[in-house]
Amino acid sequence: MNNESTLLKVSHLSASFHTGSQQVRAVEDVSLEVRSGQIVALVGESGSGKSVTAMSILGLLDPPGCIDSGDIWLHGHNLRECSTRQLRKLRGTEMAVIFQDPMNALNPVLPVGRQIMETIALHRQVTGQEAKQLAMKQMQQAGLNDPAQLFSKYPFQISGGMCQRVMIAIALASGASLLIADEPTTALDVTIQAQILTELDRIRRANHMGILLITHDLGVVAELADYVYVMKSGRIVESGNVFDIFSRPVHPYTKYLMDCR
Amino acid sequence: MELNAIIRTLLQRLLQLIPVLLGISVITFALMHLTSGDPAEIMLRADGIKPTYEAIEAARIALGLDGPVYMQYVHWLYRVLHLDLGISYSSNRPVFTELMNRFPATALLSGCSLLAAILIALPMGVGSALYPGKWFDRLGRVCALFSVSMPGYWLGLLLIYYGSVKLKLLPVTGMDGVSSVILPAFTLGFGMAGVYIRLIRSSLLDVLATLYIKAARAKGLQEWRVITRHALRNALLPSLTLLGVNIAGLLGGSVVVETIFSWPGIGKYVIEAIFAKDYIVIQGYVLWMAVVVVLINLAVDSLHLMLDPRIRLR
Amino acid sequence: MFRISLLKNNGVKLGAGIILVFIGAGLFAPWLSPSDPLQIHMEHKLSMPSWDYPLGTDHLGRCVLSRLIYGTRTTLYYSFAVLTVVFAISIPVGLLAGYAGGKIDQLIMRIIDILLAFPSLILSLAITAMLGASMKNLLIAFAAVWWTGYARVIRSLVLQIKEGGYIAAAAASGTSHLQIVLRHILPVAARPILVLASMEVGTIMLSIAGLSFLGLGAQPPTPEWGMMLNDSRAYIQTEPRLMLFPGMVILLAVLGFNLLGEGLRRSARDYDTREVSVR
Repeated sequence: MNNESTLLKVSHLSASFHTGSQQVRAVEDVSLEVRSGQIVALVGESGSGKSVTAMSILGLLDPPGCIDSGDIWLHGHNLRECSTRQLRKLRGTEMAVIFQDPMNALNPVLPVGRQIMETIALHRQVTGQEAKQLAMKQMQQAGLNDPAQLFSKYPFQISGGMCQRVMIAIALASGASLLIADEPTTALDVTIQAQILTELDRIRRANHMGILLITHDLGVVAELADYVYVMKSGRIVESGNVFDIFSRPVHPYTKYLMDCR
Repeated sequence: MELNAIIRTLLQRLLQLIPVLLGISVITFALMHLTSGDPAEIMLRADGIKPTYEAIEAARIALGLDGPVYMQYVHWLYRVLHLDLGISYSSNRPVFTELMNRFPATALLSGCSLLAAILIALPMGVGSALYPGKWFDRLGRVCALFSVSMPGYWLGLLLIYYGSVKLKLLPVTGMDGVSSVILPAFTLGFGMAGVYIRLIRSSLLDVLATLYIKAARAKGLQEWRVITRHALRNALLPSLTLLGVNIAGLLGGSVVVETIFSWPGIGKYVIEAIFAKDYIVIQGYVLWMAVVVVLINLAVDSLHLMLDPRIRLR
Repeated sequence: MFRISLLKNNGVKLGAGIILVFIGAGLFAPWLSPSDPLQIHMEHKLSMPSWDYPLGTDHLGRCVLSRLIYGTRTTLYYSFAVLTVVFAISIPVGLLAGYAGGKIDQLIMRIIDILLAFPSLILSLAITAMLGASMKNLLIAFAAVWWTGYARVIRSLVLQIKEGGYIAAAAASGTSHLQIVLRHILPVAARPILVLASMEVGTIMLSIAGLSFLGLGAQPPTPEWGMMLNDSRAYIQTEPRLMLFPGMVILLAVLGFNLLGEGLRRSARDYDTREVSVR
């Protein structure tokens, strides 16, 4: 695994929220790395700065949040030096994201198929028919059987698990090499959780994708991740190979998280 | 399958309309009995006819005011269902024909006013939501405040004075070519725009904060596409609901604006009828307007059904 | 908290200031007016502003400024009269529908639905026309048409309040229905109702002046802003100032009430959300 190229490299990232005259640090001096084909977990309780880190990488940190310092390298592009336009192009081609709440991550008034086609049309010069064919192929890739029937369904007509698979299909359709999965299974039923995790594991092998998995669930980490960063109060307190972390946790907070399980 | 769902919902709405329409007919019928004194006599006097016994009886029959009240209503309803709203006392022509001759002008004015309101409210509302707290947002707030506070009748007079009398840009009054609709439509549309500037701003702000907008941005969609394709369609649905309510206000406001601009619609006609004490015209007008409002609401509902799958398919 | 945020709001201050000026003008009209608003001076008709007539005279030689000042009385008096009558009908009806529920509620709501199908301005116009044009009949017409919307809002307020557990608790402890409504529901509903009322004064003023403009409200020689505007129409080409002043005054008065109403609504919302988030 070590001979894989580095896909994402975040170094000394700090981000904070500015409200009025106050400034609240949400992320402090975070550095992490994701390689192709690797699943890297970012673990911590809610409010520890995991999601802020993820949104900073995507360049989608909502105001009043902003990045104060640090560098983010993706495939040789320094994201901190990219223009809004370049960053937008990278979001479509190099990195994709799936969210905790898949039901609300899809536009309620557009059929799901259209929302996949939209991504395809953004990357390739294709006719409507071709885009539809490609979208159905991606749906099958993401484990959705009977895409023809699902194509014209609206998000509220299908289950949460299916919505998440649609989100995965959108990510696949973009051809991204980095997938940021922000608590991808938290809102789903236990049985569905396992299926989605298996799916993520499968596609990173099949598509040689790097996945940054954000979660508070150490069970998920143990099952899936290759490398783990533990985050607390905006800082990385411990990191290491998944086996090392689980067998010899050093930081008291990591031990505490394991005890909570 | 979806078309069936739409048709079924619409049929349901149509059935629900029957009691409402009946109620409308009762109230409209009752209007005639509000007159202080005998409407037949008042009408005759207004016409300068000596109210002899025979003349009053004849006028009563013409107004449908003979016999016991419930029979009057049944007879009246029967005639109304056959599109007979009675005969205008001042012109001696059927009220329905008179209304129909003038309604297209009112419909044209209302349509153009709606367009004017959209042309003002959409850019202002969207701009305010995209740059909250900035100068454009403040401009939008001031504009909305003036829109709801401005007396339409005064705005109309100002526009006539500055647009037509002083600068001689546009025709003063009446209906003469395309340009003559601009001033009255703007007058009516401006008054309507304020509510929508506020509503579009707040609902677009709500939608822009949703996860699916973040997801659309994460896809790498251009910002204008995120706005037009994902945000606006959801953000405009509340405005569409309000539109059904506001159409009634628009038709009401058309009375004033038609009078100011001498627009040959049914609003100006009913004001003339009011001063001629032509009660049967007033009654017919109210009934027709209520029915139009009900039908427009039905149309807005079906538009809503088409645009929002959540209502259609649940 | 409620008061503090109110005083911070510039819009509320400005609105309250404008309203106070108008109320003052109405109260002290006899002392503020330079001349008698009804006195006709045909020899001075349509004269330009001067020391005797600061805003000039109208087509009958009456002092425009004095008529505007006395017009404040007419407008404010009838606006508040309409508001009072409308709420005198809608509060009991809304409370009854919301509290009683069931068949009574259904019946009331059905009647309201039917009345709401009519464009409100058109129905009040027609009722005034049938009753005969006068301010008194205008008041009746407005009251007959406008109570519906408020009754509906008040009903839904009552339904929300009824959800609160303490209403059920009061009922269980044997409190009579009337007492529950008067002691527990009405006080809670009072503030939203007041906010609603403050937001509607402007609209009512616009409609009163509008119907007077059409000749269906105030009758000559009563000084009234909408009627003054109507009188000015004949002289729009030669004496535009005649339509300028009454319109400006209407706009200013309505603006004052809208600023106040909007400010009240905003701070009421802040207050409510704060209250909710504490729990």
